[in-house]
This record gives sequence, C-alpha cells and structure tokens, in this order.
Amino acid sequence: FHTLFMLQVENVKLLDRYTNRKAANGTLYLTATHLIYVDASAEVRKETWILHHHIATVEKLPLTTAGYPLLIHCKNFHVAHFVIGQERDCHEVYTSLLKLSQPVKPEELYAFSYNPKMSKENREIGWKLIDLKVDYQRMGIPNNYWEITDVNKDYEVCNTYPPEIVVPRAANKAVVVGSSRFRSRGRIPVLSYLYKGNNAAICRCSQPLSGFSARCLEDEQMLQAIREANPGSPFMYVVDTRPKLNAMANRAAGKGYENEDNYDNIRFKFIGIENIHVMRNSLQKLLEVCEMKSPSMSDFLTGLENSGWLRHIKAVMDAGVFLAKAVKDEKASVLVHCSDGWDRTAQVCSLASLLLDPFYRTFKGFMVLIEKEWIAMGHKFSHRCGHLDGDPKEVSPVFTQFVECVWQLMQQFPCTFEFNERFLLEIHDHVYSCQFGNFLGTCHKEREDLKICEKTHSLWPFLLQKKQELRNPLYRGFTAYKELQPNTLPFSFQFWCGMYNRFDKGMHPKQCVLDHLLSCMSQKMKLEDNASELENKLPFLDGPLPSEACSLSKVGRAASKTPMLNTPQDYEGEPPPVLSNGTSAGDIDVTSDVDQKYKENLSHHRDLHDLNDAIDVLDSEAKDGKPQHH
Amino acid sequence: MLRSSQPLMGPNRKRCREDEVLLGTVLDEGERGFIIDTRSAQAAKQARMTGGGTEPKSSYPQWRRLHRPLERGRPLQESFIKLVEACNDPLINMDRWLSRLESCRWLSHVKAALSTACLAAQCMDREEASVLVHGAEGTDTTLLVTALAQVILDPSCRTLAGFQGLLEREWIEAGHPFHLRCARSAYSHARLKQEAPLFLLFLDCVWQLSRQFPFSLEFGERLLLTLFDNAYASAYGTFLCNNVKERRVGQEESTHSLWAWLNQPGEKKKYLNPLYSHNALVIWPSVEPQSIQLWQGLFFRWIRSSQYLDEAWAEIQRLVEGN
Repeated sequence: FHTLFMLQVENVKLLDRYTNRKAANGTLYLTATHLIYVDASAEVRKETWILHHHIATVEKLPLTTAGYPLLIHCKNFHVAHFVIGQERDCHEVYTSLLKLSQPVKPEELYAFSYNPKMSKENREIGWKLIDLKVDYQRMGIPNNYWEITDVNKDYEVCNTYPPEIVVPRAANKAVVVGSSRFRSRGRIPVLSYLYKGNNAAICRCSQPLSGFSARCLEDEQMLQAIREANPGSPFMYVVDTRPKLNAMANRAAGKGYENEDNYDNIRFKFIGIENIHVMRNSLQKLLEVCEMKSPSMSDFLTGLENSGWLRHIKAVMDAGVFLAKAVKDEKASVLVHCSDGWDRTAQVCSLASLLLDPFYRTFKGFMVLIEKEWIAMGHKFSHRCGHLDGDPKEVSPVFTQFVECVWQLMQQFPCTFEFNERFLLEIHDHVYSCQFGNFLGTCHKEREDLKICEKTHSLWPFLLQKKQELRNPLYRGFTAYKELQPNTLPFSFQFWCGMYNRFDKGMHPKQCVLDHLLSCMSQKMKLEDNASELENKLPFLDGPLPSEACSLSKVGRAASKTPMLNTPQDYEGEPPPVLSNGTSAGDIDVTSDVDQKYKENLSHHRDLHDLNDAIDVLDSEAKDGKPQHH
Repeated sequence: MLRSSQPLMGPNRKRCREDEVLLGTVLDEGERGFIIDTRSAQAAKQARMTGGGTEPKSSYPQWRRLHRPLERGRPLQESFIKLVEACNDPLINMDRWLSRLESCRWLSHVKAALSTACLAAQCMDREEASVLVHGAEGTDTTLLVTALAQVILDPSCRTLAGFQGLLEREWIEAGHPFHLRCARSAYSHARLKQEAPLFLLFLDCVWQLSRQFPFSLEFGERLLLTLFDNAYASAYGTFLCNNVKERRVGQEESTHSLWAWLNQPGEKKKYLNPLYSHNALVIWPSVEPQSIQLWQGLFFRWIRSSQYLDEAWAEIQRLVEGN
C-alpha cells in the first residue's frame, strides 16, 4: 500500500452468510476515503474495499465469544459483518466510520479530492462529452413548434431547472413567467421528449397551485401551446403520477391538480405511484428479506410480497408504458407531473423515452437520458442518496427504482440494450459514491455554485473507458428494435438478485455467461484484426507464408480454448475437487453432521475459488476508487 | 447409490436376514452408509401400521438414517394445479401474485428436491459413503432424488446421450408409473388419485441446474419441454405404461422410440446447448430462494411470447459459433 492509513486494526474477522465462526483473522485499515479489509491468511491475499460514502449505517452488535461485532450496511446493499478482537479497537473503528460516512459540507465529498492522473484538457473534454443540445437537435429541435429558450438563463423562472429549457414556440415570455407562478417551485411545463414520428411530445412539470378553485390564464395558455404543437391530436393527456388521494390532499395546501373543466381538450389521468416515504420503507423491508439467513421459500416470497417492492416497480413501469403508448399509438402529447416533478416524473419520463427511442438504449444515449431527465431537470440526488448528513426523511430509492426498471426491460429484451447489467450497477454505485461530480447537489444551479466542472471529474468518460466489460454481447444493434412493449403482468417482474444480493456470491449462477460471450467477442475481433492484417500483407509477397500461416492457426487454437475459461477448469486433473459453492441443505428434521462437515470444507476453499473467478467477485469499488497519495 | 422401496417391517417389527445381509455386503468393514428416507420420520413410523416401516438401527448398524420429507401424490398434483391456475389467471393482481405463488408451494418442492439430491450427492462425494434412497414405493420421490443426484455428480449424465440414458435407467426402467402419474395434467377436473407431477418436478430441478450452471448441460430448455410434453401425450412409446413388464407387451413392435427420433442429426441440434463445455466437476447448486426461479419457459409458455429470448439464444449461438 502506498496510501496513508488513519487507522489499522489487527484481529478482525469478516463473516458472511456461509462462514461459521472459524473465519480467518485479517487486518482492517481506514483511509481518508475507504475501509479496506485484508485477509492474508490463505495463499492468495483477499481484499475487501468499502467506500466511506457508501456506508449507510454502522452498528455495534452485542458481544459474542468471537469478539466485538460491527455491522455495516452500505447504500449499494453490501452488508459487511466484522468481528473485532478488542473492544477499544471496535469502538475506535465505529466512531471513525460514523464521522467518515457522514460528511457535513459538500467540499468534504470525495469528488473534490479524487485525483486520477489526467490533464486539465482531458478533464474538461470529459465534461463536454454529453451535450443536451445535440439530443434536442436529434429530435429536430428547434423546429416550427418547439424552441430552446434561455428565459431561465439566470434561474429567474425556476431555480431548479437548467438555464436552457425547451418550450412551445407559441408560449411567449409572459406565458412562461405566468405559468411559473402557478406551478410548485416554478417548475413549468417543459419538453422532455419529442417523438419525431408524429409530433407527439412528452412534457413535464410540477403540480399546479390550484387549490380548490384557483386558475391561471398563462398556465392554461401554456398547456394549450403544448397541445397545439401537436396538430395531429385533438387532445392531450395530463398525467398525475400520484395516487388520487394524495393529490386531493394537496389541494388543501393550495396545490393539487389540473381541473379538466379549466383546460381545453385535456384528458386528465391519475397513475398512482406511491411517495418517497413509502418507497423508502418498501426498500427497507426488501433488504430485510435479502438479509434473512437460510429462509424458506415461503419466508422469502411472503417477505418479498409484504415489502411491496415489485408492486412499486410495476407501478413505475406501467406509467412509462402508458406514456409511450399515448405518444406512439394515440399520437397524443402527454404532460406529466407528481408533486414537485423531480421524482416520479423523472422516473416516468425517462422510462417512456427509453421505451420509445432506441438511441437511449445505447451507451451514449443512456448517459444523455440521465443527464437530461435526472441531472439537468433537478432530481435532488444529494438528498435522495444521503450524500451529506441531512434529513433522513428526504432519502429515497427513486433513482434505484428507475435503474431497476431498466434491468427488468433487459430481462424481457436481452438483445435490445447496448450495455449490460454491470453498466447499470456501476452507475448506481457512483450515484452514491460521490467520486464524480455529476450527481452532487440537487440541481444545475447548485452544481454551478459548487464549480463542479472545474473541480471534479465526470463519470461518463470513466465508464466509456471500460466499455468492453460493460457492453451487451447480445446487442443486435440500433435498428433491430424500435419501440418496446414490455409485458407488465405480475410474473414479468423478477427479483433482481444481482442488485439486492449482489455481494452474496453463492446465490448467483455459478458460471458467468456474460464474461464468456464478451471473451468470444474480443477473440473474434482479434481474429478479424489478424485476418485483415494478413490480407493486407498478401499482395506484396510471392508464394506461401509459412510463419504467418502458423500464427493464424495458433490464434485459432487459442480461440477454441476460450469457451473453457469460464467453467471451473482450474481443478482439472486434480483429485475430486471442491467447488466452493454449497447448498444450505440444512433441514429441520434431523441434523446431519454431513451438512456441517461440508460447510467447513466450503469455508476453507471458498476464497481460492473466488479469486480464480472472473471480475464479479472482487469488490468493484476497490478497482475504481484507489485514491492517489495526497 | 442404491434405491429401493420401504422395508416391510409392519407393526410387529419383522426382520429379514436376507435384506440385512444384502445391505451389509454393500459396505466394507467399519464403513458407514446413509439411508435417505423421503418420508418424514413421523410418516415412516406410521407406515408400520400398514405393513411398511423403516430400517431399525439395531438391524442395520452400519447405516445411518436421514429423513428428508418430499411431497408426492395428491398434494403435489394440487400444488401443480394451483400454480398453473395462478399463472393463467388474467386478473391476477400484483398484490396477490407472490402470495399465490407461495401458497401453491411448487417452488418449495423444487427447493426441497434439490436439497435432498444435494444431500445424497454430498454423502457420496464428501463422505465417500454409499447411499440408499427410498420412500414408500420407491417409484416417485426415490427416483427424483437418485436421478437428480446423478446429474449433480456425474458429468456423463449431463451430456445429451447420458441424460437420455439416465431417464431410461432411473425413470422408465425403474418403474415410475408414467401412465398413472402423467394422465391428465393440470387443467383436468378429473383429479385422478394416482396422478402426480414428479417427473415434471424433476425436469424443473434440471432446469434450475441449467440456469445456475449454463455451461454444464449439453442440452437446453427445449429438450426439457419436449420431455414434459411427451410424458403426458406422445407419438412415441417411450413413456407408455407404468413399468417394463407392461411395456414389454408389444412396445418395440408397435411403437417408435422417442430417443431414436431425438437423436437424428437434424433433430438433435435443436436440443443442444450452444454454451456447453464439458465440466468434469460436481455441480453444487445454491438452494437459497433467490437462486430458485419459476420456470417461465414452461409455466408461461402459452401466455407470453418467447420471441425475444429466442432471439437472444440465436445471438448466443452466433457468437459462440463465430469462433
């Protein structure tokens, strides 16, 4: 290690659901940015890295015979159960982690000290990678009906919107300003996505300050302008993504929803997605289910249902599907809002865009989508993800749900995304890691004030560099699929083991198809490169080329070997091997010491197998976040 | 690994010297064996009242008995029927779907079957001990365990040819009464007493293994679906009747073999797994609930299009063959 340690503690065990108390002793290190656990007991050294920013809670558990337990829950659902030999050490680690995991000021966040070896120019280029104007151009904007206005360039209209927003050309400044006075937090209706095929648009805003009977001429004109920007449809939808009861309750507070009588030619619809508090509690219950030790099938299914988690995922998906259908099939524009238009609205608009437009299913497109619908449009990442020590009631897995909806779509349409599950997990990790500046703060203005573009790095070039690992080998290309129509029956929503039990390696399929296919692809590319290289040489030479011919066939042989790489061939030729995955074949009727003995064998060999395995096993945070000495 | 039916101990605790000698010869001096009884200890004890029973420790001193109750018979058929009803229910509510899935208990049966097969496999592979598996009749849960254990332990059972051989040995010749068990399937109102989907449960467990070890089975889902279909209704004689004796009467002369058809070169390639790569090791599945999934390819086969998954498999084939 080249880094300075703030703390180093010996005699620490790391338990998981498969090890018994005979886990090996290791060393725990705390740096300014990470917790690092090193187990050097086996032949091969194993490291577990946890970023402080990822830590959600640290608890001291009751004393056991093995020592003083410390339970760490992370925001990316990693659960680390340490047992520390000395009480003083345990307490010191505990208090240090509490402080390190709850920064108070934005400047304390990792992004401001993260310093990869990169030139200033490259860092700036990184920030310019995603240009939202280019995406609007792709949609054909500006055009006769829509324009990019700078009326918000000094955040006068709405301080949580970006300086450049897209509004109907027919909406002049008076209409925009008037409407902003009638919308919660000034979040006026703006364009999210324009479907070129028929001019139907998805627009978004916040709830109107209508109370029981208030009206606003400019707001009504704004909606009219949106509707008339789509001459192909006589009406437009206004969708409130809240449950009807919640929306009605808001009226008592002077807010509420659009009255169909006051707005010409709108069809109003509630699509009930629950609020951030319900979602926070739902996730909490889900995680409790995931942490159960050796649950029965019944315990698991019942727990999963009681959490309501998949029900909420379906609700978000249903809303996205409704929007996409309205635009594509009914050719009608849709205006979406929730309360403040930065949670459910963001989920639903970005999902609908994904369903409608294959561009957003590419690497670049997905980055654009997140930059546009989440970052630019003011989703409060800092609050929702608990970046700083703040109000726990503001924390909610809104972005997590969106990412899961994308994953659910990947399950139904395996060939339709350019990227794979790991890409989603990396983005999700970094939303919480604060290693990059993209997700800091709550809105564009705040990021400007924090000087993110000058002082931090962008996530996107970092991810694009790893494209080879993050791509989907089954991607059939941009034109293979147009609009997606997912099945939304209950059984279509699967439990995402790779996210919520990500670090329980034993639960996942034992052989990684993804790695194998990625390897096939890269082999294929190498072969093609070799082949074209050789082809280029041919015209210049007389007669056969024995040496080159040999090297080609060598490559061929290597390629035929690669299919073996991902099966546990490591043990080939050795006597009856131990595959370090095991059954929890425990049974209530009769305890068998066969089971117990097996579990002992398991813990002994587990690390060796893990390390021989591919990328999956090693804590990916480690590889990203290794800080420079400073 | 041995299989049998229950010893006919009866209420008077009869002994049978020949049976004791037979089991004695399996083990060497000082060696230990395991008897896996697929009935609960309670049920096994009660079986004595109707002439059955278990092997008493005193008479079979080298054998250690383990009980791993597995569902069979009517309750298993009900579980199957309830599951199919839930899957087909067009009005199924998101709020109720998981609890309906839970209450039919099908996935619990899958978990139990895999766990028990793994236990048998562990006894052999880890303890290097012989195993005797039996339930009551030795024709249902017994075969489920022995067949599944072999898929787990033995790479040759995971080849297309080896798997067919396994089916012939452990299901067909072993006397699983297909004619009775695979009579009307889940939609019928007949509710026949002898009907039970043990063979489907076996196929489901094999599917779970293929999901957890995608490279280790030479065959794919399509084979399993074909076997399911043919167990219930078939143009071939392979699954007819209830045992070898019944089948002898005219099977070879009057019917065609399913295997003969499947193994034709043109047909065979449809059943192969493009990711297959010989795995010499034992494959130990995880039986955590998160690792066991509902077999959508079977239970939603007629409800949801498999187009996108088929396209994915075609891509996989293309990628793998490209090299």
